[in-house]
Amino acid sequence: MITCLGEMFFPEVGVAMVKLLRRLGVTVDFPPGQTCCGMPLFNSGYHRDAALVAARTVELFAEAEHVVVPSGSCAWMVKTEYPGLLKDDPALKAPAEALARKTHELSQFLVKVLGVTTVASPFHGRVTYHDSCHLLRGLGESRHPRTLLQGVPGCELVELPGSDECCGFGGSFSVRLPEVSTAVLGKKLANVESTGADCLVACDAGCLMQMGGGLTRRGSRVRALHLAQVLEPGESA
Amino acid sequence: MSDTQLRTPFPQRAHVALGDAHLQEALTIATTKFIGLRKESFAGYPAGEALRDRARAIKEATLQRLDQHLERLADNIERLGGHVHWAATGHEARDIILRLCRDRGVRMAVKSKSMATEEIDLNEALEAAGVKPVETDLGEYIIQLAHEKPSHIIAPAIHKTKGQVADLFSKELGGRFEADPEVLTAVARKELRQKFLEADMGITGANFAVAETGTIVLVTNEGNGRMVTSLPRIHVAVMGMEKVIPTMTDLMVFLSILARSATGQKLSSYTTLVRGPRQPGEVEGPEELHLILMDNGRMRQIAGTLREALYCLRCGACLNVCPVYRQIGGHAYGYTYPGPIGILLTAMLEGTGAVKDLAHASSLCGACKDVCPVRIDIPRMLVELREHVDREKIAPWGERVLFGLARRAMTSPALFGLGARLGRLAQRPFVRDGRLRGLPLFFGQWTRTRDLPPVAARTFSERWKDLERP
Repeated sequence: MITCLGEMFFPEVGVAMVKLLRRLGVTVDFPPGQTCCGMPLFNSGYHRDAALVAARTVELFAEAEHVVVPSGSCAWMVKTEYPGLLKDDPALKAPAEALARKTHELSQFLVKVLGVTTVASPFHGRVTYHDSCHLLRGLGESRHPRTLLQGVPGCELVELPGSDECCGFGGSFSVRLPEVSTAVLGKKLANVESTGADCLVACDAGCLMQMGGGLTRRGSRVRALHLAQVLEPGESA
Repeated sequence: MSDTQLRTPFPQRAHVALGDAHLQEALTIATTKFIGLRKESFAGYPAGEALRDRARAIKEATLQRLDQHLERLADNIERLGGHVHWAATGHEARDIILRLCRDRGVRMAVKSKSMATEEIDLNEALEAAGVKPVETDLGEYIIQLAHEKPSHIIAPAIHKTKGQVADLFSKELGGRFEADPEVLTAVARKELRQKFLEADMGITGANFAVAETGTIVLVTNEGNGRMVTSLPRIHVAVMGMEKVIPTMTDLMVFLSILARSATGQKLSSYTTLVRGPRQPGEVEGPEELHLILMDNGRMRQIAGTLREALYCLRCGACLNVCPVYRQIGGHAYGYTYPGPIGILLTAMLEGTGAVKDLAHASSLCGACKDVCPVRIDIPRMLVELREHVDREKIAPWGERVLFGLARRAMTSPALFGLGARLGRLAQRPFVRDGRLRGLPLFFGQWTRTRDLPPVAARTFSERWKDLERP
């Protein structure tokens, strides 16, 4: 599943994920017609609209054995909110629950489903990892992305102070309250720069857009990367 | 906050807070300290997680039979010689206190920290009626001197640095005091000692009230709560109806996690258990005890969206970890209760209309839910409030049009693809070094402080065509 930000702004992340999964022996398909998971609508309170988006996503992925998403928040949306949004639709209730079960965020898919903890990658550099809120608190995941990073021989992982604190993105929050969002981001980036890392890694398109946009604006030498781009660095933007 | 201040839009209030260097310094120091202390406290307390679950279960079970627990509490307090008053609104609660003051010739009332009395603007009402309220919690004392409102549920003066407090004391109390917390505390202590002895009435809130024993419980750190409940001849406690708990055993569960969540303490320095007024043969305690059980918008939420918010213990942990609260402090929210839980409580007390902006004052990061001792799902309820704002059509017109368009694009791949192509065309004048800057209109909210990646030359769907044929 490639959701809106990945489709439009970070196609290289999706490409890296596809190549990585194929290298690990997974047959990858991409059902055409994907748009967005509907989280922006849901989080802003437009639940009926979000349900329409959820309904078509459920239908698109009906045939898949597993659905892998390179974004913790989209995975969280599908896994925790779709069943609730479609619970009153007799035709979609069970398929929504099935999709919730078979959808995985990339790092969780690699480690929990494939049982892979080390991926051969020529990546070289010092990285620090940001726990995006929906992956950390929504899906309870902090370990697997770190394990995968540590498994890359040339990758030195430095812990980020306050790695579990929000980057200030929050979807529409980032433009409804841009000043507060930017102030929260400022704290995050100061922590990032204090680590001396070359790259800031995260597993969520929203956080990467926020933190990456802040890093380039302040002329930082730190690059924001998705985990997939470390594990399959041929596709680094 | 006054109506005039509330007329300033919320983003503007946040803007002012972000520009206040003293506030930023004070908030960073205090919230960082609270976060660390809480974390350390629970890390060394393996039973904590299970107790949090149990506390949550007790709250839920209590709400299911709230009427019975309240009646039992009232019966037990009356049996001990106390009086119980039922207040449907904040206005009624205030009137009950003012009537007591008038009937009993009260001239001065000492108060221990109470958000319930803040909620009903009691101090202003007392002053208007010629009764002098004196706050005796150090933080409350500071903000009373400064003519301000609390900006945190448990640390009312969290927005002030010690330097500001020293200046305030020097100006208001006469003298020149250094910015040393010990010195300043000693000054307040000396000022307050006489007030405790002079006051006719002691006014408190209540952290809990135990139905089976009729015990009112106060959790404090300065001992002022004990003085307020024992020295004046009348003690009045104001409590939200949801705060009743069934048994003393339940109380132990809550006490074991409350202070840990709030300040990282195992227990607060003082836990005051008040059981009725002074009994025959006792040498201390008030002659009269009054408990005011206040509804003020709470009870309709038992069957409402905000039901879980009725579990709240008022520990303040969710404020300390909230990235928004940590940046703007409590006053910018504009109402009695700030922070993530404060948005829910404001909706409860003032209605959904009051929080149509505040409901969006959260990145939904979930840190609040994570630290809440009773695991209140605050982000979920914030989203539900946003849904109410949508359903009641009180969201701004432009926003509704925008989200309507977004829904169309998200349900039509053709439109979605067209959006990408249009974006690619429209962004051309704004691309600098492969980044978008200085975008107009609504997009400027982003690009004023952050770069935006341009819409890719080829979207993933377009690139998939190559990937399909490896």
